[in-house]
Amino acid sequence: MQHALEDFLRALRAQEIAISPAEAIDAHRAAAQVGFADRTLLRDSLCVTLAKTAPEVGRFEACFDLFFSRSRRGQTDRGAPEEVGDPSAEAFDLEASLETGDAAALAAAMEVSAARVGASDIRLGSQRNLLTRRLLDDMGLRTLDARIASARAADDAATRALAERLTRGRADLFDQASAFVARQARLFAGESGRRMREQILGRQRLTAVEPEDVAAMSALVRRMAHRLATKYARTQRRAGKGRLDLRRTLRRGLAHGGIPFEIMWKSRKLEKPKIMVLCDVSRSVASAAQFLLLFLHSLNDVVESLDAYAFSDHAVCVNDLLNDERVEDATALILDRVGFRSTDYGRALADVMAQSDANRGGARLDRRTTVIILGDGRANHAEPRLDLMRAMSQRARAVIWLNPEPATYWGQGDSKMDAYARFCAVAKTCNCLDDLERVIADVLRTYVKS
Amino acid sequence: MAEPSASVEGLIAGLADVGYIASGRIATALYMALHLQKPILVEGSAGVGKTELAVCAAALLGLPLIRLQCYEGLDESKALYEWKYGKQLLYTQVLKDHMGRGLAEAPDMESAMAALHGAGDLFFSEPFLEARPLLAALRAPGGAVLLIDEIDKSDEAFEAFLLETLSAYQVSIPEIGVIKATVPPVVFLTSNNVRDLGDALKRRCLHLHIPLPDQALEERIVAARVPGVEAALRGQLVAFVQALRGMDLRKLPSISETVDWARALILLHARALEPQVVRETLNVLLKFEADIAAVEPRIGELISGRP
Repeated sequence: MQHALEDFLRALRAQEIAISPAEAIDAHRAAAQVGFADRTLLRDSLCVTLAKTAPEVGRFEACFDLFFSRSRRGQTDRGAPEEVGDPSAEAFDLEASLETGDAAALAAAMEVSAARVGASDIRLGSQRNLLTRRLLDDMGLRTLDARIASARAADDAATRALAERLTRGRADLFDQASAFVARQARLFAGESGRRMREQILGRQRLTAVEPEDVAAMSALVRRMAHRLATKYARTQRRAGKGRLDLRRTLRRGLAHGGIPFEIMWKSRKLEKPKIMVLCDVSRSVASAAQFLLLFLHSLNDVVESLDAYAFSDHAVCVNDLLNDERVEDATALILDRVGFRSTDYGRALADVMAQSDANRGGARLDRRTTVIILGDGRANHAEPRLDLMRAMSQRARAVIWLNPEPATYWGQGDSKMDAYARFCAVAKTCNCLDDLERVIADVLRTYVKS
Repeated sequence: MAEPSASVEGLIAGLADVGYIASGRIATALYMALHLQKPILVEGSAGVGKTELAVCAAALLGLPLIRLQCYEGLDESKALYEWKYGKQLLYTQVLKDHMGRGLAEAPDMESAMAALHGAGDLFFSEPFLEARPLLAALRAPGGAVLLIDEIDKSDEAFEAFLLETLSAYQVSIPEIGVIKATVPPVVFLTSNNVRDLGDALKRRCLHLHIPLPDQALEERIVAARVPGVEAALRGQLVAFVQALRGMDLRKLPSISETVDWARALILLHARALEPQVVRETLNVLLKFEADIAAVEPRIGELISGRP
């Protein structure tokens, strides 16, 4: 059973449950403690040793059920098997097993062959057919086929009937084998296929996301944001050596008769950044804006406040929509309000400045605020209001401009991007999720950790 | 009677005797903790009985419960040990004359220094050691149950510092050396997921997530905790709470709220759930004004169980 447990651990790793060698040892100790007889007990004890978070518990249970379900298959097919032959000990006779309908022997032989052809090394769903074929070949399909062919050609009716039976048995066997390999694929390849897909999605152009990919992209965005959030939520305070905290030192000293044994230093709490985000939601950029908003919204933990404005020919504050739980739906509402019109950057900047001034006497845009602008910088030949852009960059901590267009297009045609870029601390092309993650990580590193 | 820790069934029965209705998974986690000698990290939303599990396990095993409540800024001197500075000062004062005499007899500087060195070590020895919860748990003669409550509230530095205690059941005190536990304590850590714990800590622990219970389990818990409540009312009130958990609320009521509510209903001599009674006692179940406002108009349909 030790081998089975190792296989199981490999299946778990394929489900993105990280299991270190030390945990593998724990799992073996746990299994040795409770034994393999009681399935529920085994599942519970492996679960408490291996799954470390609530989502992992869910994945663990699914994987456990799938993995250990095969041990029961022999019984469900044809009642309880009378005796289970050990196929590795004696030569396995495929033909005889098919004829007698010995499901248990067939299942056992399949396991042995699967180990020989390496069915559990499957990485991609598309390897299924190949592996099924190899598995059947290993079980002796070629001899069986030859036997069926010769029996078909025989004269007497009994042999031809045998050929019929064997053909039916062969079809059943084929179904069983492909089901077996499909299960192996779900166990060992399900995640690697998904991961590959995610890598592709990460490089997908944000402005050209297929509707059916939106859900997967959103999930990916949330995970990226969560990764960043946990990373930066951990370092909120620096041990600021240098300034003496007299009050706390004296207080500590009281325990030692007033002698300041322990010197306490003032520690400074790091300020979380305030982010103001301006999203162009004209037709050309709208879908990229959706993912940026989702990303920033998911960063709630590490960002003190998030002010979001959406603009096309004018700008509106969309905080009220983002505070809701369902950010994905919010995007549609935002597009309803201001989306799909021709952009007017000058007017939008004026609106944003006016609104941030009006709200809290200009308090919203201050030295702690990082402004992130997402847009293509195409002003449609309207007045770009560079004076407002300058004012914004002077008042904010930094202005970061993410442009879906490649830098070679900046300044061509009606693009005012080169003019705007002068006032930005960072102006970058950002056209896929990987870019987005990198830029946001830079922002957090520069303005949270510094 | 056989030792309750010998099997999972024994633990379930034993825990039930001390008033804790455990699911199979909870009992298995405790069983593994006892036999693999690993700490259990218990997670779950507030009020599902994380702390209670440690308390009941201590009662079941007949071990003293040593509790360490974590908070931001908790450090070694509050969790592990501290020197009894006052006592040290007092002793030096009292023994001043004695030491002076001893030193006066020393023929030269070197022997006087040597005498002083010996005395200095005396002051940093076990009698001057003030044991805080962690050390106390390690030194408990027959073993103990150590409950490290709300570990997620503590700093990361403290979490790292716990690693030695949790994996080797020992602590290093620079002046004395390594103190090893004679009988390793049973350790429970609880977390409300205020922040994500480090992987190093998680790796050293068994992980137990206690979910909100289903109807049958919750009825048994209420029956065990509030014996006075009648079966009909019990089924009704648990069904009500279960229905609440299906709603979109800010804070879902957990087991402790159900138990409190059952107690409140008994106090009010309620025989069955009436809209009037429910409305008056809703604040026991729900802790946010907005939640109460959302539930109040739907009390009737929630009681009848029809959507």
